[in-house]
Amino acid sequence: MTTAQIGQSSTSISRKLVVEAAIVLGIMLFLIFILPLLMSDFRLNLTGRFLALSIVALGIDLIWGFTGMLSLGHGVFFTLGGYALAMYLKLQIPANASSQLPEFMGLYGVTELPWFWRPFYSFPITALMVILLPALVAAILGYLIFRNRIRGVYFSILTQATTIIFFNFFNGQQKLFNGTNGLTDFKTLFGLEVSKPGAQYVFYVLTILFLAATYALSRWLTSGRFGRLLVAIRDDETRVRFTGYNPTGFKVLVFAISAAFAGLAGALFTLQTGIISPNSMNIAFSIEMVIWVAVGGRATLVGAILGTLVVNFAKSTLSEKFPDIWLFFQGALFLVVVLFLPNGIVGWLRDRGLDTFQTLIGKRKRSMTYPSLEEDPEVEYERKNTGD
Amino acid sequence: MSEKILEIENLTVNFDGFRALNNLSFSLDTGELRVIIGPNGAGKTTFLDIITGKTKPTEGQVRFKGRNLRPYAEYQIAEMGIGRKFQTPRVYLNLSPRENLELACNRGKGVFPTLFKRTPSPEKRTVSGLLETIGLIPKADMKANLLSHGEKQWLEIGMLVAQSPDLLLVDEPVAGLTDEETERTGELLISLAQSHSIIVIEHDMEFVRQIARQVTVLHQGSVLCEGTIDEVQNDPKVIEVYLGKEETQHEDDMRPMSYPVSTEDAIAT
Repeated sequence: MTTAQIGQSSTSISRKLVVEAAIVLGIMLFLIFILPLLMSDFRLNLTGRFLALSIVALGIDLIWGFTGMLSLGHGVFFTLGGYALAMYLKLQIPANASSQLPEFMGLYGVTELPWFWRPFYSFPITALMVILLPALVAAILGYLIFRNRIRGVYFSILTQATTIIFFNFFNGQQKLFNGTNGLTDFKTLFGLEVSKPGAQYVFYVLTILFLAATYALSRWLTSGRFGRLLVAIRDDETRVRFTGYNPTGFKVLVFAISAAFAGLAGALFTLQTGIISPNSMNIAFSIEMVIWVAVGGRATLVGAILGTLVVNFAKSTLSEKFPDIWLFFQGALFLVVVLFLPNGIVGWLRDRGLDTFQTLIGKRKRSMTYPSLEEDPEVEYERKNTGD
Repeated sequence: MSEKILEIENLTVNFDGFRALNNLSFSLDTGELRVIIGPNGAGKTTFLDIITGKTKPTEGQVRFKGRNLRPYAEYQIAEMGIGRKFQTPRVYLNLSPRENLELACNRGKGVFPTLFKRTPSPEKRTVSGLLETIGLIPKADMKANLLSHGEKQWLEIGMLVAQSPDLLLVDEPVAGLTDEETERTGELLISLAQSHSIIVIEHDMEFVRQIARQVTVLHQGSVLCEGTIDEVQNDPKVIEVYLGKEETQHEDDMRPMSYPVSTEDAIAT
């Protein structure tokens, strides 16, 4: 590290932003127009799912990577978003059908639609609920936890306990949510048949747009004073208090935003898998989300997305080729990251990778001491000519 | 001018039966620089914890500019104008000195002002001025974890000033500093004292001599005595607390001062 970056002018910062936006746009165009030509519908659908999952990962990066709160309960928010949209889909019943209730309700002898299903006739309310419901649950839970200054492991345990409560609740409510089977067998959305490739391509594009939007939002949140305060809370919350900030509000807000991301991801995932069930609230899934972020690199945002894609593609490829032992690969991947790349893939690239890459393509010499010494021609001259 | 900025009356803090502070009364004039000394365990840090709201008193009260501080949380007390520097330097290691100072300098510390407002240019100027005062201009934009111990101490003092508090609480500002840094820190504190009220807690007697006008000695959770540095150093009670009983020395000059009496008896028999 040198003192070269002193006084970054605002023009160079805005130029960097333009470059970043151009790269994001380029990737988006590639994903939307080129990738579908290279992949089968099945693979494209998988990619869409993984891109949806990387929206959750962004949320986890916000609260864990930046703010230092390890949530092991994001499966709950993910599932709530999924259920909100699934309820709307289940209410798309043709007018000439024999029963105007979702079919599972008939099985359990429900004759009237439960009151809380009614708002989900409306799409705007549904769209709002996909984001608001998880955000609200997180805000209430977060307020109670953070106001009482519960931190660290205890926070993680509480989020995990929340997962169990929600899992058991949804599992047990056959009449309200079809219990352990979840909501599936969706028919239409805006007249489109949801299972057809055409509709699936629309969902795929939607996922990319939402991913870009959440990425932009995360970048904005973490770049200014707010973002620095999140890092400050992660590094020394007590100091933040004595500087005159109340950390509770900041933590509640960022927890709610990350839950909203999870809800959005859950809805997009549900559209592309055609099912949402209490299964996505099991603890393993919430822990997997954390692993994606760890693999990609904490507090890097790009790392969260990259980690999600790498782990999930590895998982799907390996589980096809080695159905019996692929779990070992996943474990090994996690071990490698923890032991050798503690800052994740992107963290390593930022720290070390750039140098290594430049060395490999011969742009820069590999230096054994300090680059500032070895690259100084006077020092080199002295060393060669005056002997050791 | 003898308007009181801080008044503490009959303060007792009880930690499960252990009285960290015991019926302590203390007051500080506006614009005063006061040094608090005392042996380990005298309750100096608890004293600061009470003022800043980290610990609540069991009995008694603390009044800052006439307001009782008991109902307020740490961040509210900080907003009222009490800034605290910790014993070990606590700066945000993953942020640059400039960012550290900007966070402390921020005038709107609510969630939404912090999120939506850009740093206004008067604050940026304040930050640049402070960076110059604490000598960190060349390192303003590198991560604070690359700073030396002394630089971190100074950065934290800078953050304290950036908060623009009326009362500064400074806990051992020169611990681990070189002699030269110590002296410069003393000068900095003296110049700050022109516009702030300051309480300094310190062990380094030479440093105390450099900056102190009034000294308060704490012992076992109460004020033992107050006065100028010379008065305090010659006070027999203070000497007894710091050096052991004087009469013991008269009895036997060869005996180490801290020798417990029971062991003595055992040796004698």
